[in-house]
Amino acid sequence: MERTERITALAQAASRRILVLDGAMGTMIQRYSLDEADYRGRRFADWPQSLKGDNDLLTLTRPDIVTAIHRDYLDAGADMLETNTFNATSIAQADYGLSSLAYELNREGARLARAAADAKTAETPDRPRFVAGALGPTNRTASISPSVEDPGARNVTFAELADAYGEAARGLVDGGADLLLVETVFDTLNAKAALYAIDALFEDLGIVLPVMVSGTITDLSGRTLSGQTVGAFWNSIRHIQPFAVGLNCALGAAELRAYVDELSRTADTLVSAYPNAGLPNAFGGYDEEPDETAAHLHEWAESGLVNIVGGCCGTTPDHIRAIAEAVAGITPRVPPQVPPNLRLAGMEAFELVQ
Amino acid sequence: MIGNFVNIGERTNVAGSAKFRKLILAGDYEGALAIARDQVENGAQIIDVNMDEGMLDGQEAMVRFLNLIASEPDIARVPVMIDSSKWSVIEAGLRCVQGKPIVNSISLKEGEDEFLRQARLIRRYGAAVVVMAFDEEGQADTAERKVEICRRAYFLLTEAVGFPPEDIIFDPNIFAVATGIEEHNDYARAFIEAARRIRAELPHAHVSGGVSNVSFSFRGNDTVREAMHSCFLYHAIAAGMDMGIVNAGQITVYDDIPEDLRERVEDVLLNRRDDATERLVEIADSYRGGAARDRAADQSWREAPVHDRLVHALVHGIDQHIEHDTEEARQGVDRPLSVIEGPLMDGMNVVGDLFGSGKMFLPQVVKSARVMKKAVAYLLPFIEAERTSDRPEAKGRILTATVKGDVHDIGKNIVGVVLQCNNYEVIDLGVMVSADRILETARKEKVDMVGLSGLITPSLEEMCHVAREMERQGFTLPLLIGGATTSKVHTAVKIAPGYSGAVVHVLDASRAVGVVGNLMSATARAGYADAVRADYARIRDGRAGSGATRQLAPLAAARANKAVLDWSGYRPVRPVRPGLTVLRNYDLAELTTRIDWQPFFTAWNLHGRFPDILDDPVVGETARSLYADAQAMVQRIIGERWIEARGAVGLWPANAVGDDDIVVYADDSRSTVQATIHTLRQQMIRDRGKPNLALADFVAPFGSGVGDYVGAFAVTAGLGVDDIVRDFEAEHDDYSAILLKALADRLAEAFAERLHERVRKELWGTSPGEDLENAALIAEAYAGIRPAPGYPACPDHTEKRTLFTLLKAEDTLGMTLTDSCAMWPAASVSGIYLAHPSARYFGLGRIGRDQVEDYAHRKGMSVAEMERWLAPVLGYEPGAGATADAA
Repeated sequence: MERTERITALAQAASRRILVLDGAMGTMIQRYSLDEADYRGRRFADWPQSLKGDNDLLTLTRPDIVTAIHRDYLDAGADMLETNTFNATSIAQADYGLSSLAYELNREGARLARAAADAKTAETPDRPRFVAGALGPTNRTASISPSVEDPGARNVTFAELADAYGEAARGLVDGGADLLLVETVFDTLNAKAALYAIDALFEDLGIVLPVMVSGTITDLSGRTLSGQTVGAFWNSIRHIQPFAVGLNCALGAAELRAYVDELSRTADTLVSAYPNAGLPNAFGGYDEEPDETAAHLHEWAESGLVNIVGGCCGTTPDHIRAIAEAVAGITPRVPPQVPPNLRLAGMEAFELVQ
Repeated sequence: MIGNFVNIGERTNVAGSAKFRKLILAGDYEGALAIARDQVENGAQIIDVNMDEGMLDGQEAMVRFLNLIASEPDIARVPVMIDSSKWSVIEAGLRCVQGKPIVNSISLKEGEDEFLRQARLIRRYGAAVVVMAFDEEGQADTAERKVEICRRAYFLLTEAVGFPPEDIIFDPNIFAVATGIEEHNDYARAFIEAARRIRAELPHAHVSGGVSNVSFSFRGNDTVREAMHSCFLYHAIAAGMDMGIVNAGQITVYDDIPEDLRERVEDVLLNRRDDATERLVEIADSYRGGAARDRAADQSWREAPVHDRLVHALVHGIDQHIEHDTEEARQGVDRPLSVIEGPLMDGMNVVGDLFGSGKMFLPQVVKSARVMKKAVAYLLPFIEAERTSDRPEAKGRILTATVKGDVHDIGKNIVGVVLQCNNYEVIDLGVMVSADRILETARKEKVDMVGLSGLITPSLEEMCHVAREMERQGFTLPLLIGGATTSKVHTAVKIAPGYSGAVVHVLDASRAVGVVGNLMSATARAGYADAVRADYARIRDGRAGSGATRQLAPLAAARANKAVLDWSGYRPVRPVRPGLTVLRNYDLAELTTRIDWQPFFTAWNLHGRFPDILDDPVVGETARSLYADAQAMVQRIIGERWIEARGAVGLWPANAVGDDDIVVYADDSRSTVQATIHTLRQQMIRDRGKPNLALADFVAPFGSGVGDYVGAFAVTAGLGVDDIVRDFEAEHDDYSAILLKALADRLAEAFAERLHERVRKELWGTSPGEDLENAALIAEAYAGIRPAPGYPACPDHTEKRTLFTLLKAEDTLGMTLTDSCAMWPAASVSGIYLAHPSARYFGLGRIGRDQVEDYAHRKGMSVAEMERWLAPVLGYEPGAGATADAA
């Protein structure tokens, strides 16, 4: 199957059923209790900095583990894999001195997911599996000052972010991703830099892939870290005409529901949601059991809030299996028609109602 | 007049605001942000940011300002319009904004290729766009050219770029008319015509423009300019203009424009006759000088019928002729009541509408109320004589009270006046009213709702108490909460949960009518109450989430991180006049020169910096008039000896003990402790190198070998106020009553400032050579501080008891403390003096249970009582897992 055929198949599948994304990569990697040597492999044995914790690097040094995790999620019922590239931008990799690897990490990350998805599709050709190329938020914020003394200061510029995202996106496309997923957006300006770069890349390559954007509500104030409401976030990224918009991370399903509901009512496109396995416990771990997470997502599906569901921090193949079962057979949400009003955003949404 | 019309704020535009330009050129971005904030607070739905100025690096200024705005949620909540004629500045701005802004502007001036390139980039950045009606041939001036260019741009954008039509805003150029050049005569009409056709022929696109251009020929004649703006908007909005840059201070009410002026203005704007310009110029001079200045002197309204005169008097707050006109009206009707129900209510309805739509401001409304009250008072004997019990039917009956323990009522009185202006009956129980009396009256008088007010923090707890009592006694009436220390969050978290009826926080007087109207409406009430309830539940949830994670340092750790001053090199100054000094009959004239006027205007809901506020385009006229009234009253206060100012200062040897307390010795022998001042210590987690402060840190510790000193003071400018206020109220003059109280507050603050200065220079002598202007004093550009109990550094009001004892304030000054430690008279200030040059003000922040227990123990009070006094600063839920009381 070619990419263009898969993209068509993706749109068709989304119109017929609720699609299932995979769960957490980091949580699964933890189970392997890897040490510094695992992260380094032979290629980076002499690297001057510690590399332990650079999960994206495992794509190159322990592809067997990344592939096994992808396979576990596919076996659990995921329709869509996220590539192991959450931190694979030159900006995020700077912590390890590995900025120059950004393109390769993304291309190879996409390639591993592609191979795993294609192998699964071969088992059940009527149900193709898809690869979402993940672009994380980086560890810098374009609209928040790093300095208490100078609120006008910034430690990263739009141009730097756009360059880094453009490079990463190119790697994901070259490695075989079907769509791009700008996720865990806590500063919408970072996301807008990613979308800017993606749009430029598509123009350059003469292709257009579906784009998903997933924001993060950081606490119960209902706002992103950079202060936007859900409605303002949507107005700010709608210009990319995303295949889906959604929310992930930071909150568990119980806390996230109100914001998914709000997005569901306003966004005239598909809605995705992949919450954490509850709120973190005192040790930073996640306790919500698969059937608990699944029960929430079942209710969301029944209430017509979502088109794509999955799991974020703390979720496992067991969670995804329970979620897949919980949403199976439920009619997906139908996006609302919205009037063509001028919609703008600051931290809050603005609409000029005609 | 203005329906779905979006007003774009223009004051953050260096071309549109001289003040903003000056601030930006001077690098004063703080001041520039204040303008942006003020603009948003005053209702701008979008703010236009423009840095096109020859003396400026526009790109750098745009980036700096937008980045700063991003950190100000009360500004950044609205979208930005990035305004520049330079593409590089626009693009730099687009790279700073997380939301969806508007670009202002692009055009076909440099051809299709550049236009399309910029449009594609704007789309990629996710912005909407303003397109000027400008092409390779130049700016469009006829309706045909305007529409033709806009049409061409529309199809290029929607078809070649895929730009959503609803994100396109056309600016078909507003040019000056009545310039004397014949070709200009049709400019305004052409714009209006173009607006109509663009909206009809180019679906979903919008029309905008800068309105003030149209009247450029009449610079200096505000009356004519305002009339032109209003008439232009009236016709352009009807034609479909749905956005615009409009200075709210430069428009007048369309219906208020004199008939002959309106007709001639419209002749010009709509190009209805060849001699339109001459005819407008002909009469323009008779309107020169501005509406404001003319209105007072202009007596022509006296020639109108009596109904219109009464309405005019009410709208403009003129009371000279009110009794005469009321009598004349009375003679023309069967029953005196008809005067109230007819012209007087008509006038107050106009006032209510103008206030509600932001076209009148609070001091004007209060003046209107004064006129109304005088008219009603004049009619009352006639109504009584008619032996009728009929009274005009009020829209509702509202009980207001300042809660027990609190004496502050300026804000509550303003709310009362505003409500009465809107035809509500207000039963005002005054100040220091107990919960029992409030509820008994509410029941007996069958009121529709209860409004509570308070200024000091202990009043918050009293309000919770009233709410709980209402619940216990089975009330279902709505409860309104207002006053300076109240907040939506406190109301939601602390007051609302105690009462199952509707509980609503009212931010200021201007909101009161809306809130009360909603609660009185049979149709809107349930929905409104539910919406408020849901909003408050969200606030509670949000706080539960954030509050739980707030980390406090243990008291011991906070003390270990105290501010350590170098006492070894410090030589405290021995007071020139140690012990107690009492000042009676203090010279009021001297104090008036020390007044900080800024809070005075804030008390009247007029927001802005003094003295700039006097020239503010929106509220300037109101502010000037209020300021003039205040100056006149100050002269009467002094000349007629309305009030007496008294103050006391005590300066004593002292040392800090046990980390957080200050012992005050009786004399230099330091053998007898006459009092202990207790201070509280910050417990927030501090960055390395930043101390956890307590006021005691600024006093040399016992055992340091340094014999330090502290001072205490109390001043009042409120003695006598109550009598005069009573006289004013008897004359139905709430305006003067409120004005006097507000001035007494200012005089008390001025007294505190002046006394502190005299302490530094003479009584203590810590800075004998100090020489500072009033502005520098207000900005606290001197050494030493005078923190007051109840303020952020020392939120415990009960410390006032210690000060009052030390100063013998009851005997020497005639001042007293209420149960809640509010000072009577209300216009009073008390606090302590700390002289160390490093002493500074700080906010205590939240404190932990460990400190409250320790503090209660030190003060000999129970933990539960201490928690009640310190409720606003507790970093924990009192009662939850409490340990035993220390008492």
